[in-house]
This record gives sequence, structure tokens and C-alpha cells, in this order.
Amino acid sequence: MARNMLRPAPFFNILNQILLAILAIVCAFPIVHVLALSFSTSTAAASGHVTLWPVEFTLSSYRFVTDTPAFGRAFGVSLQRVLLGMPINMLLTILVAYPLAKERRQFRARTFFVWFFLVTILFSGGLIPWYMVIRLTGLIDSIWALILPGAVPIFNVILMINFFRNIPPALEEAAYMDGAGHGTLLWRIYLPLSVPVIATVSLFVIVGHWNAWFDGLILMNSPSRYPLQSYLQTIIINPDPKMLTERDLEILKVINNRTTRAAQIFIAMLPILVAYPFLQRYFTTGITLGSVKG
Amino acid sequence: MLKNKKLRRELPLYAMLAPAVVVVLVYAYGPMIGIVIAFQRFLPGKGLFGSPWIGLDNFRFMFQMPTIWQVVGNTILIAGMKIIAGIFVPVTVALMLNDVSSRPFKRSVQTIIYLPHFLSWVILSGILIDILSPSEGIVNQLLELLGLETIFFLGDDRVFPFTLVVTDVWKSFGFGTIVYLAALTGIDPALYEAALVDGASRWQQTRHITLPGISSTIILLTTLSLGNILNAGFDQVFNLYSPVVYRTGDIIDTLVYRTGLVNNQYGVATAVGLLKSLVALLLIGTSYKLAQKAANYTIF
Repeated sequence: MARNMLRPAPFFNILNQILLAILAIVCAFPIVHVLALSFSTSTAAASGHVTLWPVEFTLSSYRFVTDTPAFGRAFGVSLQRVLLGMPINMLLTILVAYPLAKERRQFRARTFFVWFFLVTILFSGGLIPWYMVIRLTGLIDSIWALILPGAVPIFNVILMINFFRNIPPALEEAAYMDGAGHGTLLWRIYLPLSVPVIATVSLFVIVGHWNAWFDGLILMNSPSRYPLQSYLQTIIINPDPKMLTERDLEILKVINNRTTRAAQIFIAMLPILVAYPFLQRYFTTGITLGSVKG
Repeated sequence: MLKNKKLRRELPLYAMLAPAVVVVLVYAYGPMIGIVIAFQRFLPGKGLFGSPWIGLDNFRFMFQMPTIWQVVGNTILIAGMKIIAGIFVPVTVALMLNDVSSRPFKRSVQTIIYLPHFLSWVILSGILIDILSPSEGIVNQLLELLGLETIFFLGDDRVFPFTLVVTDVWKSFGFGTIVYLAALTGIDPALYEAALVDGASRWQQTRHITLPGISSTIILLTTLSLGNILNAGFDQVFNLYSPVVYRTGDIIDTLVYRTGLVNNQYGVATAVGLLKSLVALLLIGTSYKLAQKAANYTIF
């Protein structure tokens, strides 16, 4: 740990820590405030007495939200999306990273394929043609619309390639001499050595799928197929009367009061909060991995 | 014979790539072909190659849109402010955290400031819309308590761009801080020992050891972010803006969205998107070249 060797002057030290503490409090404040709102009664919220602690503690907002069928359905779609999308993303990421991590003499077409994938992060067709292609392939309103178009996340592939390239070639050569094929090499040597990067990328993918909202919003015609974040987008951020049925509007009036809004936000945040300790650990690993070039 | 053997050895590699190649061909290269829409009066019923060709009419229409230059200006201004804040804040906080000797304190601060990075803009906007509300939001309540005037953070078009920058910092500076902290650990402690022997002050140490030590990381991240000057943050703007702040808050991506998917002017929206992609390509190319020159950066 490279720290200034000169012991900081006590005054500076204290000021520094106070400023950092204030910064942390300011960052956490909005989240804690909304959490407090979600456990307060709507009258307490309306009176403006809620700051960082629930006033007139109640679970009624949560009860209302969990009793709303649309919310549960959207939560289910999100779950389905993560459970389907994660393995597919990971499988494709690994299957692309392995060949591209080879040297050119081992895989002569490597340069071609590297560019084949790289071009897609440098240039894209844009929103409208992307939407048209998905419509053309018949995915509109299907869960696959949320999974297939983004099934090969190039940045994760790059992370994985950089990690694979740091695996000592001697290991691979020894296994090759013993007659191991590529499948065996990948399965028996590369994957067991890549647990940290696989954990990191899996978390990237899970968070990505859980947080995605725009694709659900435009690729699902019927709101009943929205994943949770798209559902919240239409309910909380941008209620669009055209998209909603009359019954939805009735529910919206009740569900869109402050405390129920807060409860919905918190439930949608919950999986991330639960996973946060792992996220923090592995994302930091991910950043360091990304900076290590083979 | 030898050549065959080599090819046989490579065949499984092609097989591994095959599924991903198909997906990328369809969903990344497919839309590139779809760019032809920019030169058509696209009729969804007639499809990609049945719609009438109209040359550059869509582009002409685009430049006649009354707000186009305003939108381009908004985009660059918002993205530019975000880039500057996105360097200044994380570097400062990383330097401050680096001077903290208590490990639990340091860890707690990091844990708190890093959290918003993992929350979507839908969630964060839901929170912001509540706390920034002029009538019942807690931020304006605090302002009133301090005897200050109420600010309509999301509804006043003079304030809106700054709201975007500050809330973007809230979401992303924790991540940047961790990157810079990692760079700070790479500085040789012997340098500080030597400086101490020479009687260098704190400020002199920061100025002559710490900052030069992380300058390559700063330069690298800055040059790479220049490629993003046309991306002012669709997810954030889309969830926070409303027609009353279009004058200062509408950006290229939101304009494309509304033109194409709300007003169904597919051709015009594709044309705007295409022009943006081309300029972005140029910028990204330049920024990578700069990054390569300045910091020896390569993607692989």
C-alpha cells in the first residue's frame, strides 16, 4: 500500500475524514430516505416528517405491491430473463474467448474473427434497424428478444480473452502432448483456472440482465410481458396512458402514491443489495483483470 | 498432409465460434444492412427492400428539423460536463481516501459510494424524482429549512443539465474512484521515503509523486471517454426528462427514439442514428489512437 510516508498532520487528517464521511452520507441519503418512506404510512409521508427513519412503521405498501398481480408477473419475467440469459451469455462468451485467446499460429483465422467481433463495438446500425431486425426474426413479445440480440457481450469476451491469455502456455502444451483436444483443454485446464474471471463476468451478466429496461419496453408489445425494470419504468417514471388499460389506470392511481412507489423501488433493488458483497469483491477483481494485458 | 492435420486441429475452434458468429451476424451485422432505411421512405408493410428509395431526403429533412443543432449542442455540452466531472471527482476522492489510515473507515466509504453504480437508471430515477420533487421532495424541504428558494431540478430547463451531471456523478464516481485507487497502489513507496528524507511537504509529495504516478491512468481514461462525447447518457436522460426541459435536455439518442419509435418516422430516425454512428466511429478511432500513443493502450 503506497501511502504518503509523512504522517499527515492531525488537522488535515481529521478534516479529510470528515469530508469523506459527509460525501458518503450524501450518497447514501437518497436511498435510505426512500427505504424509510416505503415503511411509513402515506399520511406520514405526505406530512413530510419522514427523513431517514420510518414514521408510523407499516408494511402496508409492501403488502399492496406484492398483492398486485402485475408486479409479481414482472418480477417473474425478470427472474426468467436472468436464469435463461446468464447461462447463454456465459456459454457463448467462453466459446468465443477460447479460440480468440489462441496465438495466430495456433488459429490462423484469429485476426479475422477478432475484427469480426470488434467491428460491432465500433459501429452499429442504430436503434431503428436493430428494432427492425428483431421484428423480422419474429422475436417481438417473446422472452428471447431480451436474450438473443445481446447474447455475445463483447466487453466480457475481451475480459475473458485477457484472462485466458495469462494462463501459462506450458500447461496447454503438456496437455497437448498427452493428446488432449481443444474441448478437453478448455474444460480441464482453462475453466478450472478461470474461476475468478468467470465469477466476475457472471455477476456482470446477472446485473446487466436484471437492470435492463429499455429492450423490454420497446420489444414487448404487451405490458404483461415486461420485465420488472420496464414495468417500473412505465408505472413510476413515465406512466403512459396509451399503453395501459382502464383497469391498469385504476391500479396506477393507488400504486403511484409515494410510499408504494418507494416499496416497489426497494423490492427491485433488493436482489442487487443481497448480491452486493459479492459484486463489490468481484467487480474490483474485474477492473484489475481488465487492466492486465497478456 | 501436414496442412490437413493443422486444419483438423483448428476445426473445433471454428465450431466453438459458430453459434456466436450466427448471433452477431444477425443482430449486429443485420442492423448494419438495415441502414438502407435511411435512404428510403420506409413502409413496414413493404419491408427492407420493397420500400421506395428517396435518396438523401431523410438527411435533408433532418437538417431542417428546427431543434437539430440545439439537440447536438445539448448532447456535447452534457457529455462534456460529465467527462470533466467524471475525471475530477474520482481523482480527488481517490487521493483523499488514499490518505486515510483507518482501513474500516476507508472500506465503509468505498462500499457506500460504489453502490449506485449497480442500480439501474430506472431505480435511481425513481428515487430522484421523489427526492427532487418541488412540492414534497426532501431536498427542497431541506432548502426551505435553510431559508433558500425551492429549485425545480427536473422541470427548470436552466437547471436540468446540471441535475444530469450531478446525478451522473452520484451513480458513477465510486467506480472511477476504485480504478484510481488501484492505480495509486502501484506507486513505489520508496519514492515517498525519498521525498520524506528530502523534506518534501504533503502538497509537494502529491504534486510530484502521486499525480505523476496516476497520470497515465488519467490520460488513458480521458482519451477513451472522448469517444463518448456524443453519448450524453440515454438511460439517464430518458428517465429524467420531460417536454418542459427539451430545450436544454433533449439529446441525440432521445431524439432518435422519439422520431423513430414514437412518431414512426423510421427513415429520418435511422438517418440521424447513422450520422451519429459515423461521427462516433471517427471519434472512437481517434481516441484509441491517442490512447495508444499517450498510454501504450491496446484492447488485447
